[in-house]
Amino acid sequence: MLEVQGITQRFGGVTALEDVSFRVAEGAITGIIGPNGAGKTTLFNIVTGIYTPTGGTVHLQGKNVTRFAPERLATLGMVRTFQNIELFGKMTVLENVMVGLHTKGKSGILASSLRLPWQVAEERRMRERAFHWLEFTGITDLADTEAGNLPFGKGRLLETARAMALEPKVILMDEPAAGLNSRETLELARLIQKIRESGITVALVEHDMELVMDICDAIVVLNLGRKLAEGTPREIQENSEVISAYLGEG
Amino acid sequence: MMDKRSLLKHEAVKFIPFALLILALPMAFREGYLLNVFVFVGIHTLLAVALNLLLGYAGQISLGQAAFFGLGAYGSGILTATHGLNPWLAMVLVAAAVGVLAFLIGFPILKLKGHYLAMATLGFGIIVYIVFNEAVDVTGGPSGLSGIPNLAVGGITFDSDFKNYYLIWGITLLTILLSLNLVNSRIGRGLRAIHDSEVAARVMGVNVRLLKVQIFALSAVISSVAGSLYAYTMTFVSPTSFGFNFSVELVTMVIIGGLGSIYGSFLGAALLTLLPEFLRAFQDYDIVVYGFLLIFMTMYMPGGLVRGIPALVGRIAERIGIRKKVDA
Amino acid sequence: MHIADQISQYLLSGLSTGAIYALIGVGFAIIHNSTGIINFAQGEFVMLGGMLTLFFLTALKLPLLVSIILAIAVATLVGIAFERLAIRPMKNASPISLVIITIGGSILIRGIAMLIWGKDTHALPTFSGNDPIQLGEATILPQHLWIFAVTVIVIICSKLYFNYTISGKAMRACAYNSRAAGLVGIDVRRMVLFSFAISAAMGSMAGIIIAPLTMTSYDVGIMLGLKGFCAAIIGGMSSGLGTVFGGIILGVLESLGAGLLSSGYKDAIAFIILLIILLVRPQGLFKKGDTERV
Repeated sequence: MLEVQGITQRFGGVTALEDVSFRVAEGAITGIIGPNGAGKTTLFNIVTGIYTPTGGTVHLQGKNVTRFAPERLATLGMVRTFQNIELFGKMTVLENVMVGLHTKGKSGILASSLRLPWQVAEERRMRERAFHWLEFTGITDLADTEAGNLPFGKGRLLETARAMALEPKVILMDEPAAGLNSRETLELARLIQKIRESGITVALVEHDMELVMDICDAIVVLNLGRKLAEGTPREIQENSEVISAYLGEG
Repeated sequence: MMDKRSLLKHEAVKFIPFALLILALPMAFREGYLLNVFVFVGIHTLLAVALNLLLGYAGQISLGQAAFFGLGAYGSGILTATHGLNPWLAMVLVAAAVGVLAFLIGFPILKLKGHYLAMATLGFGIIVYIVFNEAVDVTGGPSGLSGIPNLAVGGITFDSDFKNYYLIWGITLLTILLSLNLVNSRIGRGLRAIHDSEVAARVMGVNVRLLKVQIFALSAVISSVAGSLYAYTMTFVSPTSFGFNFSVELVTMVIIGGLGSIYGSFLGAALLTLLPEFLRAFQDYDIVVYGFLLIFMTMYMPGGLVRGIPALVGRIAERIGIRKKVDA
Repeated sequence: MHIADQISQYLLSGLSTGAIYALIGVGFAIIHNSTGIINFAQGEFVMLGGMLTLFFLTALKLPLLVSIILAIAVATLVGIAFERLAIRPMKNASPISLVIITIGGSILIRGIAMLIWGKDTHALPTFSGNDPIQLGEATILPQHLWIFAVTVIVIICSKLYFNYTISGKAMRACAYNSRAAGLVGIDVRRMVLFSFAISAAMGSMAGIIIAPLTMTSYDVGIMLGLKGFCAAIIGGMSSGLGTVFGGIILGVLESLGAGLLSSGYKDAIAFIILLIILLVRPQGLFKKGDTERV
């Protein structure tokens, strides 16, 4: 589904990522882990088109999408969430999800300002669809709340709902459990599995080892900008290099 | 929860009384001086709504709006007074040309953000202003351009404040209605998304660059139409109306009324147009007042009057409520 | 040969206005580098310099030197007050709010100046007479020499300050990374205040030394400020030589353009350059990379 090949990223003299390659298998949940500063978020930013890598390629379903802008990747079925949740704070929860449906609509300035009949119909379909995703994540009751006023945990769910609204092929989640309490983390784990069951490939960067070992089918370990190991959760747990990276000099 | 129909009603509940009020206003003072002032409130509302779409919704600042206003005014003035074109046709042609111009300069300029965007649009505005002053052969230079005809349709010539009031407010009300539709649509959500988090908007597939440029061009087109209407109403234009100060005045209107509120733009435009008429002294102090208002509103009432006043009333009511509880 | 004489004359006058733009531009750069703000009120400090000197000189009948020192002091105080009252409370504000605040500050200062001193244009006496000095075929006024001297001294002093004093180094640290600077114990808020004070002082000096040549009024700050910004943009927002060159390039181009092409469009030159640089080379003419600010 997603193939990262030889990604290298330098910022000035600092090498954040060095020749990182791995695959995210279709329909699986792939976890990317590593100590702080391993380059996980940088990797996500490259894959989702926010940074331009110094070298290497990214393929989505066999198509070379390196250097594609995020908005173009969105239309190709790749979407992400953010570590510090990037909601549209002054818009309602429902409107946030409707922005996720942006690519599903085609009404432009003219049709929208004139309220042409098909635009009104499209708008109605979008609302219905948005409610579907609110139900999917269990936040329907918050539809009219301003997103900026949501508690953090609900914000995560909204961000997930908004991303799902794109009906992506692959969703990249940057530390989805960060800032969640244990009950919320459990709910999140169930939600991620539900996403996978609906046929969507998931890749996530995560610190919560329990969550990662619990739900991931495959794990990629990064350390100091390089890939350290790759394998099933069991293999990773038994990998001595990984253990020393986490326990040792870090 | 509000379904589509009730949302529509919700908008109508505000718009219909507003429109009726505006349309009934001339009955209160038929041919008075105030009617003339309200003609300008209409033109300024048009300009403020146009800027608000860009500044309040998409979060992109423009300090060059007076240039689009001026291009509309001079374009229409030159095409009609000098070249004898039909005023309606001139208005449409100029608006289209200004739209294309804004679209073309929008692509490079809107790549800039924040302070730099402000400076670039300001620079554009000043260049246009200098051209108005210096291209004497075409614009008449500092002494202005006169002999611009009034608009006319059928047998009616829009040559009085009363007629102009209905002409301009007709167009302004229509623009307000269309803008309300726009901001509550897919496009409007895209704009507000850019404002709140540009990176998230892009990840959601919003073509941020194109949308910014489109709204910039739309804003320029509306401003150009306002300029044409201004020229046909005044039958005379001169550069001083289109300088940097006027761009700042427009920003002030939008900020005072409320960023991201269409009705707020009307409120801001009305206040800043009426105030100088009621307070004779204001004319001497105007820039002091603008400066103070810009700072004060941004610091203490960033939502503008449309949100600030209800919030203030709410807070006072709450306080009274609390006191009642204490009493009881 | 006649045209060559003219050109050298244009070059000389371009150099002196360029020096003024450089001083103002450095003021922009200092505030920008410590806060990320483009201070739209920068030009008003320039206006205050000229108008205050005139006020102390004519209304209070103080000697020129005393008037100048007082004018710089008052303008600096205005800069400090502006930072304390309008900038500091807006710590986490969006760039747009800050643009609007500094524009508000700019027209507020200008408006108050207009209320106090009226709308008339005034001339400040030159510092040391009006006898032109012959330089080859071109002539130069003693005031031009003052301009060059003051600019060079101010730029050298600011260079020394930023490179060799504790507070200067602390300000550079803030410019580089204000959070990290705060973590190592630098009082970032004080450095921001300093940057406003320094650039207000520099701006007012620019306004004082140019006023005898170009006249002064409550509204000279707009154009001078914007052109100073243009100089800083050409120089890539450097608080040193880059902006000095930026100012000189702008001053000379303006002077040549006004002399050889059209004086009416002279003011447009700065803005055309400004737009071109912003759109094509936002990092300035002399720097490589670092397009962070766009």
